[in-house]
Amino acid sequence: MNIVLPLPFALPLAGAALTMLAWRWPALLRTVSVAIVAGVTAASILVAVAVSREGVVSTQAGDWPAPLGITLVADRLTALMLVVSSVVLLAILIYAVGQGIVGQKQAEPSVFYPAYLALSGGVCLSFLAGDLFNLFVGFEVMLVSSYVLLTLSPNPARMHAGMTYVVVSLTSSILFLTTIALTYAATGAVNLADLSTRTEDLPSGVRTALALMFLVVFGIKGAVVPLHLWLPDSYPAAITQITAIFAALLTKTAVYALIRTQTLLFPHHETETLMLVVAGLTMIVGLLGALTQQDVHRILSFTLVGHIGFLVFGLALFTVAGLTGAILYLVHHIVVQATLFLVSDIIQDESGEITLNRLGGLVGVSAFSAALFFVPAMSLSGMPPMSGFVAKLALLQAGFGSGRGLAYTVAAVAVLASLLTLVAMSRIWTLAFWRPRPETPEPSGEEPGDEPGLTREERYSHRLVRGVTAAMILFGLLVAVFAGPLTDWSEDAATGLLERVEYQRAVLGEDRP
Amino acid sequence: MSVVLLCVTGLLFTIGFHLLLQRSLVRVVVGFALLGHAANLSLLLAGGPAGAPPLLGGKDPEAGEMTDPLPQAMALTAIVITFGVTAFLLALAYRSWLFLGEDEVQDDVEDRRIRTETRRDQGEEYDSGQDPG
Repeated sequence: MNIVLPLPFALPLAGAALTMLAWRWPALLRTVSVAIVAGVTAASILVAVAVSREGVVSTQAGDWPAPLGITLVADRLTALMLVVSSVVLLAILIYAVGQGIVGQKQAEPSVFYPAYLALSGGVCLSFLAGDLFNLFVGFEVMLVSSYVLLTLSPNPARMHAGMTYVVVSLTSSILFLTTIALTYAATGAVNLADLSTRTEDLPSGVRTALALMFLVVFGIKGAVVPLHLWLPDSYPAAITQITAIFAALLTKTAVYALIRTQTLLFPHHETETLMLVVAGLTMIVGLLGALTQQDVHRILSFTLVGHIGFLVFGLALFTVAGLTGAILYLVHHIVVQATLFLVSDIIQDESGEITLNRLGGLVGVSAFSAALFFVPAMSLSGMPPMSGFVAKLALLQAGFGSGRGLAYTVAAVAVLASLLTLVAMSRIWTLAFWRPRPETPEPSGEEPGDEPGLTREERYSHRLVRGVTAAMILFGLLVAVFAGPLTDWSEDAATGLLERVEYQRAVLGEDRP
Repeated sequence: MSVVLLCVTGLLFTIGFHLLLQRSLVRVVVGFALLGHAANLSLLLAGGPAGAPPLLGGKDPEAGEMTDPLPQAMALTAIVITFGVTAFLLALAYRSWLFLGEDEVQDDVEDRRIRTETRRDQGEEYDSGQDPG
C-alpha cells in the first residue's frame, strides 16, 4: 500500500470540485488552483523518489487483491511522465493566470480553473492506471475537460473546431470501449499486469487483431497519420494557452498509453512493421503540412503531428535503445512544444497578428520575445546542444543500430523530417522577426513593453507571462544539461518495459511469474 | 440468444457509424448514442452467457451458476460516461445552431481556401470550357 500514488490525480479532482464552489471569488480561485497543481508536482516528485528507491511501486485501492481491485502502478516511465507533465501543467496555469489578470483580450470564465484541474487529474490518472478500464476512465476525464476548454468563450470558428474535435475523440473512445470488451472476452481480464501473462496463450490472429485495435484507438487520440486530420483543424482554434496544454499533454498521453499497451500486452511485437511505416508517414505528412501553412498556430500544430512520428518510430523498434529514445523525445517534446505555443501567444499579443504574411519586424519590437522564440524553435529542430538534439541523436542511433532495412529507411526519413522542421521554424523566424513589417493598416494590438500607458497590473502580467515562458525554456535547457542521468533513467525505464517481469511482480505479487 | 445480441451489436455499429458521417449535427448525436449502445452491448456480451444472477451472496461461489459481474459494472460506468458526453454534445450542437443558424456541419475553412485557389489557378480553361456563353 503506497499512499503517494493516488495523490497526483486525487488532488486535482478534489480541487476541481472545490474551485467549482469558489467561482465567485476569482483571486481565491487562482490561488487554490495554482496551489493544487503545485501540490500535484510535489506528489509526482514523491512518486519518482519512491520509484527510484523501490523500483516499480503499485497500490491496490481498498486492498482488494491484484487482478480484482483497482490497481495503480508507477514505474520509471510513469514517474518521469508525471514529473514532466506536472511541471508543464503548473507553468501553463501560471501563464494563464498572468494572461487573465489583464483579462481584456479574452473573457476568462470561471469554468476554466475546474476544467483545467480535471484535465490535470485525467492526465495523471491515465499515467498511473494499472488496468485498461481505469485507463479509459482517465482518458475520458481528460477528454471531457478538454472539450470544455476547447470551446471556452465560443465563437463560430471555435464551435466548428470543437464539434470536429469532440466527435473524433468520442469515436476513438467508443472504439477504446469496444477494444476493452473484446480484450475481456478473449482473456477475461482487464488488469494490465494480469493481461500481460494471459495474452501469450491467445491464438496469434486474435492477438494481432487486439494489437491493431489498440493501435487504432491510440493512433486517433495521438494523431498518427493517417488518423491525424482532426488535430490541425481543432487545436489552433482554442485560446492559445489551452492549445499549449493540449499540444503538450493530450497526444503524449495517448502515445504513453500506446507504449504501455504495445510493450506490456503484446511481447511478440505484431504491429512492428506497420508502426514503422506509419511513423515515417507521420513525420513526412506532418512537416510538409507545416510548410504550406501561414498561421503560426497551424504551423506548430502540423509540426506537432510530424513529431508524433518520432515517438512512434522509437516505440516501433521495440529495442531498449529505441524506447530510450522515444522516452527522451517525449520529455523533450512535451516541454518544447508547450513553450512554442506560449511564445506564439506572446507574438500574437505584441503584434495583434498571427499569420505570417502580416507579421514582420518583430525583432525590433521586442528582442526578448525573439530570443524566447529562437531557443525552443532550434531545440525542436534538433540543433545541438539542446534537448531536441539529445533526443533525436538517441532515436537515430537506435534506428541505425537496429540492423533492419525498414528501420534504416525510417531513420533517414527522420533526418529529413528534422531538416523540414528547421525549414518551418526558420520560416517563422525570418518572416515574423527579421523582415520589415509589410505595409498593412496599423494593427489594433497595443505596443508592448513598459511604456507609460500600461497600468501596474498590466505590467505585472507582462512580466509574469514572459517570466514563465523563460522558465519553461530554462526547463527545456535543463533537460539537455542533465541528459546523462535522464538517459540512464530512460534506459532503465525502457529495459523495464521490455522485460515486464518487474511490473508483473509489483502488481501480482512475488509468487506469480 | 447470444447470436441475436451479436447481430444487434453489429447492426448498431453500422447504423451508428453511418449516422456519424452525416452532415446534420442531430444525426451525428443520434449516431454517437447508438455507437455507445453498441459498445455497451459488446461489454455485456464479453461477460459470457446471460441469465444467471450477477452476484450470489452465499459463502460458496461454486454452489450456483453466476454471471461475471465485472463487465456489467464496466458497462454501467460506460453508460454514465456516454450519457454525460451525449448531453454535452447536444449542448454543443445547440450552441453551433445558435451561431450558424443551421444544423449542418460547415465546410472547413482551409478546404474552401484551397478550392478557391485551385479554381483561380485553373479558372480560365474551365470557365471557357463549361460556360455556354
